[in-house]
Amino acid sequence: MERHHIFRARGLTKMYDMGEVRVEALRNVDFDLYEGELLVLLGASGSGKSTLLNILGGLDAPTEGTVWYRDRELDTTDEDALTDYRRHHVGFVFQFYNLIPSLTARENVALVTEISDDPMRPDEALDLVGLANRLDHFPAQLSGGEQQRVAIARAVAKRPQVLLCDEPTGALDLETGRIVLRALERVNTELKTAIAVITHNAAIAGMGDRIVRMSSGQIASDEPNPDRVPIDNISW
Amino acid sequence: MRSLRHKLVRDTWHNRGQVLSIAAVVATAIMTVLSMRGTYESLQHARDSFYQESSFPHVWARLERAPESIRSRIEAIDGVRAVDTRVRFMANLRLPDRIGSVTGLFSSVDPEVHALGQLVLRSGRVPGTRERDRVVINEKFSEANGLEEGDTFDGIINGQMRHLMVVGVAISPEYMYPLAPGSIFPDHETFGLIWMGREVLAAESDMEGAFNEVALQLRGGAREAAVIDALDRILKPYGGQGGYGRSEQISHQFLEGELAQNRNTGTLIPAVFLAVVAFLLNMVLRRLVDTQRQEIAVLKAFGYTNATVGWFYLRFALLAVFMGTVVGVVVGTWLGHVMVDLYKEYFVFPDLSYRFGVDLVAIAVVISILSAAVGALGGVRAATSLPPAEAMRPKAPARFQPGIFERMGFERWLSSTARMVLRNIERQPVKSFLSAMGVAFSVAILVLGMFMFDAIEYMMDLQFNQVQREDISLVFERPLPESVQTEIEHHPSVTEAEIFRSVPVRLIHGHLEKEAVITGRRLGDDLQRIVDEDGREIRLPSEGMVLSRFLADELGLDGPGMVWAEVLEGSRPVRTVAVVDIVDDFLGASAYMELGALHRLAGGTRSVNGANVKVFPGTRDAVMDEMATLPSIAGVSSPRKMYEIFREQMDEGFLLGVFFLVFFSSIIALAVIYNGARIALSERGRELASLRVLGFSRQEVAVLLFSEQGLITFVAIPIGWLLGYWMSWAMVNAFVTESYRIPFLVDAGTFVFSAAATILAAVLSSLVVRRRLNRYDLISVLKTRD
Repeated sequence: MERHHIFRARGLTKMYDMGEVRVEALRNVDFDLYEGELLVLLGASGSGKSTLLNILGGLDAPTEGTVWYRDRELDTTDEDALTDYRRHHVGFVFQFYNLIPSLTARENVALVTEISDDPMRPDEALDLVGLANRLDHFPAQLSGGEQQRVAIARAVAKRPQVLLCDEPTGALDLETGRIVLRALERVNTELKTAIAVITHNAAIAGMGDRIVRMSSGQIASDEPNPDRVPIDNISW
Repeated sequence: MRSLRHKLVRDTWHNRGQVLSIAAVVATAIMTVLSMRGTYESLQHARDSFYQESSFPHVWARLERAPESIRSRIEAIDGVRAVDTRVRFMANLRLPDRIGSVTGLFSSVDPEVHALGQLVLRSGRVPGTRERDRVVINEKFSEANGLEEGDTFDGIINGQMRHLMVVGVAISPEYMYPLAPGSIFPDHETFGLIWMGREVLAAESDMEGAFNEVALQLRGGAREAAVIDALDRILKPYGGQGGYGRSEQISHQFLEGELAQNRNTGTLIPAVFLAVVAFLLNMVLRRLVDTQRQEIAVLKAFGYTNATVGWFYLRFALLAVFMGTVVGVVVGTWLGHVMVDLYKEYFVFPDLSYRFGVDLVAIAVVISILSAAVGALGGVRAATSLPPAEAMRPKAPARFQPGIFERMGFERWLSSTARMVLRNIERQPVKSFLSAMGVAFSVAILVLGMFMFDAIEYMMDLQFNQVQREDISLVFERPLPESVQTEIEHHPSVTEAEIFRSVPVRLIHGHLEKEAVITGRRLGDDLQRIVDEDGREIRLPSEGMVLSRFLADELGLDGPGMVWAEVLEGSRPVRTVAVVDIVDDFLGASAYMELGALHRLAGGTRSVNGANVKVFPGTRDAVMDEMATLPSIAGVSSPRKMYEIFREQMDEGFLLGVFFLVFFSSIIALAVIYNGARIALSERGRELASLRVLGFSRQEVAVLLFSEQGLITFVAIPIGWLLGYWMSWAMVNAFVTESYRIPFLVDAGTFVFSAAATILAAVLSSLVVRRRLNRYDLISVLKTRD
């Protein structure tokens, strides 16, 4: 079966000017993400994985190289095009949940559905992450794991092709971390949304269809993982 | 501590916009204190010391003629400290190259006697009491006509042309606002004060050994009303026209009105600015400390005390206060000088100079620093109340609840973004309220200022386009028969002439009484009309009298009724008159009757004292010149010309005034909205970055950020209108003098303009903050903790 690309990146290089020093965050990286797959991007802090994710998500521009989203080359210089791209095609989940404190769980999701073309209903998205009973709670009334699941619901409510998660369990303990991972897995299997999860936590890698390891701004290895580890068996 | 100092410099630089905006408000507050309040105190001081040095009287009375021998009876009145008698009368002057008539108020002077309301010589000398044709003139008249010591001009005294020589130039405390009788603003070219030796002046006006004006100084604790009563009883047989106190003395009245206005605005406006300073410093410092709670925790963990940390943040505020004070003192002192110089154009003082009030600056600075300290320490206390370890953890999400609109059931109508805006405003009700009040005051100051212009404009338009529509006004040397009208009408340039009679009376209603002049005109006359505040004409009744509202109020009349009229000339009959109508007007305390009815009231011959004339276009100046040379005419003036001069002055002053108003009030709006938006950005930068990541455009995020300030501005504008309306109303009520009353009407344009100027200020501040928003680094914001 032919696999369709979600992302195709070739020759990505990213340099940061840190005063007198030039830091090379990415060095000539080639990267692919396919439809429906759950990919884990593993690497130590500073390995360049977040930089790669930010470029894929249209939050940052590469110094050199090209990124295609499906058949479309991401023009990282066009602010409006990037906004439109983020609005309709890609969802984000961060380590710090970045919910809007003044809005309830339902409203945080509605914020996105109000500006999307064919969204889910907010309560449907929250049901998907197991929060059907917390719809009208404000972030201050939710635990960390619950807040992260609201963030996931918010990210998937617009039915994006791909979900980019940067250390989604980084601020959570094992038990709540597992609940969040289960929510991600469910999104992947039920909605067929491609997911890229960034983590420095090797234990999480087992849940992916494919594991990409990064180090010093380069891809160190890229291996399929035919036997996904059930979330219940993951521990750290 | 050096490292802390570096931090101070860096934080200040990072927050330079906020430091500058607060410094600007501090500067403006100090500017308004020093200029407005400072001008008030300077004027007050100069006036009080002038009054003191010149023995300014407390009571005056005019009469026809009384012998000096009754002086001792006046001195014997209980409460009288000193008595000064004068000979005083109006006469026409002839000056080369002057169109129309020039009138002089001649007063007796005696260098041997210490007079009340003593002259202050600017140059030259006071002529001796027997020195013929040597005069002292007032300074403004001297300047306006280029008359100096040694110059000569002619005066027509008692029908005789006299060749007068100026030997001195002086000012008088009784004419600090040198206004010709019946005028509403000074014209120094055509009205002069002339002082001559007592004995010669008396000889030339049949006043030897007699006087026709008396001034009194009272002892402390004396009852003015009782003294005036006693004085009136003594003077009655001598044609006394009724005594009056300082509150009815024209010059004092105008100066007092001006001082009252200065006192009000000089207290209110700086108070508003200082309140805004207090609010902003408190808000900004609290936020600054809040954003740095982790750094404060670290400093605390290293062993710095709360006081050290608090003092560190307070210095940030001190810098803003210091910068603002320096600019405020420099510009405020300069403005104070400018304003005081402006007053010198209108009011005459022996030594009016701007007094720099250190105490005023100190008050402003102390208020600023105190409010900064409260804000800084409040923030520091909040930050340091947590143990260092806890403070270093990210702050829990702020608590919110559904807003009032949603609880009222409007939920369905509100988008998620609208809810964010409303809930943010509701979560900090005090801050939102104070922000709105700040912006409202900015609107109110504009309304108040523009109202003053509107009001004066309206008053003048009404007076000169509705009430006094004649080209030339003539006052006769002595009463003339009514047939003089035909004579005037025969003049080739005259198109219309209307004669009038003025009769001085004392009106009495119950226990209240008031001196006034009744003007008698013919029915159907329309060069001068009776017009109320809304521009409606009031018809002159064929019997009875129409009173202006001010006069009616003084007499306790709130509708038609009967009053006693004691005529203060001729055979002095006392008769009852029906008040048939009361007119709400602005200028003066007037009374009107039909000419025939007035003749019946006053008795004597059916004579008139003046005429209003309309002439062919372009002939006005020539006719005025010609009339001024006629011996039967004592005064020639042109309301139209007065209006033209007034218009010219108004148009100049208007632009400058509007500029300052807009500048001052905009600073408040700018600073409040800029700081509000800056703080919102710092509090919710993370939120806004999240929205960008979720696919909101820059535009949408900016709209969300500024909606809050926009909503506050939107709510503040009508509050500001109300406040401004109320302040204008208070101003009108503080301003009722016998000479004029300010019309209370706020032009629709004023509301539009004040809103537009404030919205512009809001948009400008938003644009500045938006630049910062556009530079926001999405990723770094989201990756950091709060």
